[in-house]
Amino acid sequence: MTQLSFRRVGALLLRHLYIMRGSWPRLLEMAYWPAVNMVVWGFTSQFFAGHSDWVAKAGGILIGAVLLWDVMFRGNLGVALSFMEEMWSRNLGHLSVSPLRPIELVAGLVAMSLIRTLIGVLPAMALAIPLYQYSIFELGPALITFWANLMVSGWAIGLAVSAMVLRFGLGVESLAWVMVFAVAPLAGIYYPIETLPVWLQPVAWALPPAHVFDGMRTLMQTGLFDWSRLLQAVGLNLLYVAAAAALFLRTHHVARQRGLLLNVGE
Amino acid sequence: MALSLIKPVRRANIQGMDAFAITVEHLVKSFGPIRAVDDVSFAVATGSTTAMLGGNGAGKTTTLSMLLGLLLPSSGAIRVLGEDMVRHRYRVLPRLNFSSPYVDLPHRLTVRENLTVYGHLYGIAKLAGRIAELTADLDLGEVIDRPVGKLSAGQKARVALAKAMLNRPELLLLDEPTASLDPDTADWVRSFLTEYQRQCGATILLASHNMTEVERMCDAVLMMKQGRIVDQGSPAALIERFGRSTLEEVFLDIARDRNKPAEAAQ
Repeated sequence: MTQLSFRRVGALLLRHLYIMRGSWPRLLEMAYWPAVNMVVWGFTSQFFAGHSDWVAKAGGILIGAVLLWDVMFRGNLGVALSFMEEMWSRNLGHLSVSPLRPIELVAGLVAMSLIRTLIGVLPAMALAIPLYQYSIFELGPALITFWANLMVSGWAIGLAVSAMVLRFGLGVESLAWVMVFAVAPLAGIYYPIETLPVWLQPVAWALPPAHVFDGMRTLMQTGLFDWSRLLQAVGLNLLYVAAAAALFLRTHHVARQRGLLLNVGE
Repeated sequence: MALSLIKPVRRANIQGMDAFAITVEHLVKSFGPIRAVDDVSFAVATGSTTAMLGGNGAGKTTTLSMLLGLLLPSSGAIRVLGEDMVRHRYRVLPRLNFSSPYVDLPHRLTVRENLTVYGHLYGIAKLAGRIAELTADLDLGEVIDRPVGKLSAGQKARVALAKAMLNRPELLLLDEPTASLDPDTADWVRSFLTEYQRQCGATILLASHNMTEVERMCDAVLMMKQGRIVDQGSPAALIERFGRSTLEEVFLDIARDRNKPAEAAQ
């Protein structure tokens, strides 16, 4: 059984926190895009509130959706960009001959993703309160379940992207943005899954975010928490994140067979 | 060079260890149809300094990578510090270290931050004190709080050595330790390594193109060509066997397939 060392995971976190500490533009950028996104959708939401019963019935449904979407988006980027940072800085070789194990690398990446997402999304969530009189925190404990599920979905995509980058090199780094947006139309972020063509709906329901966003809308429109949606999201997430972690670890092994751990860089 | 702060903490352990720090048997590494390392066997005596010499593409870096566990062999056996490197590399990695001009430390982190991160990865006790020792030994006082990316090649080489010395390695694997350094800095690095080896009884295996360096530092030489070890022995023995006056002439003889030992003896 592989032993996971929190000291070594902490060392990896420290490495990324040092980078953040030394670069305030990076910190600002992390919070900037979610805030801009929220502002745009806030005005859109205000407009639709006067023109659409569906939006008017549940104030903030679009703002809530965009804020939660950013959780998933930043969760993915948090893993993928933290991993690519090691490749951009040509540091993967040193890490790979240190006692850091691949599973600890994965743990460090997801922990870093959580930190980056909190830095990115919390300010936007707070800003929505004075700007639009909408507080996503009023969702209460449900917010934690939505956040956790979307975060894990983001991790699954981020780990899969990291595996691709390790296998095929930095030429495919744009996958960090491409893959998560491929999921977006099927996630039902701003509309019910029933809006999709009938043949596409089973594909959407096979994705955890579809259950999360549907559950969010149900809660905001009816005040009821849909436990079955939560359980399906959790089950699917466990499946996907386990598969993505296995893919990353397998790719790491293949990288050792092919000599890819040294031949990386900008 | 006085390295008063490098403590020979491992000497007792090393004396109780195997006669050979590294044993390699019938090592093969193929990339498709190409045999980068072709049935190589050798042993490196504990406490010795051994060089791998050979032209570009001789298989030196590939062999080093396999010794580090960065690359998996196609076949053959590698034992490092008494452990099977393929199956139990994580038992060995805390006891060895590595440096290469082709693998960077993160440029945006300061020297101190880099050493702190790697110190935690290696589980160094009293890390601040250890960093202070290395700062003094490697004359890093002026650059300790500067980003690595802003240092000169010579300063980076000293920082890379500091990282490689953090865990007081019993085995040090070095890929071209003085490549791209000016003669003064290169000489300083060689003196540092020689003194470390003398004080701590560590084993050093280095890949180099610098014959003067090898003659000065090494007890043994492995001559590689086209993935094979074509000759080995002490620098003096090789020079005598080839009937030459310098190791560089021996290297050229081997590289150009001329003046083989048998012919030289006639």
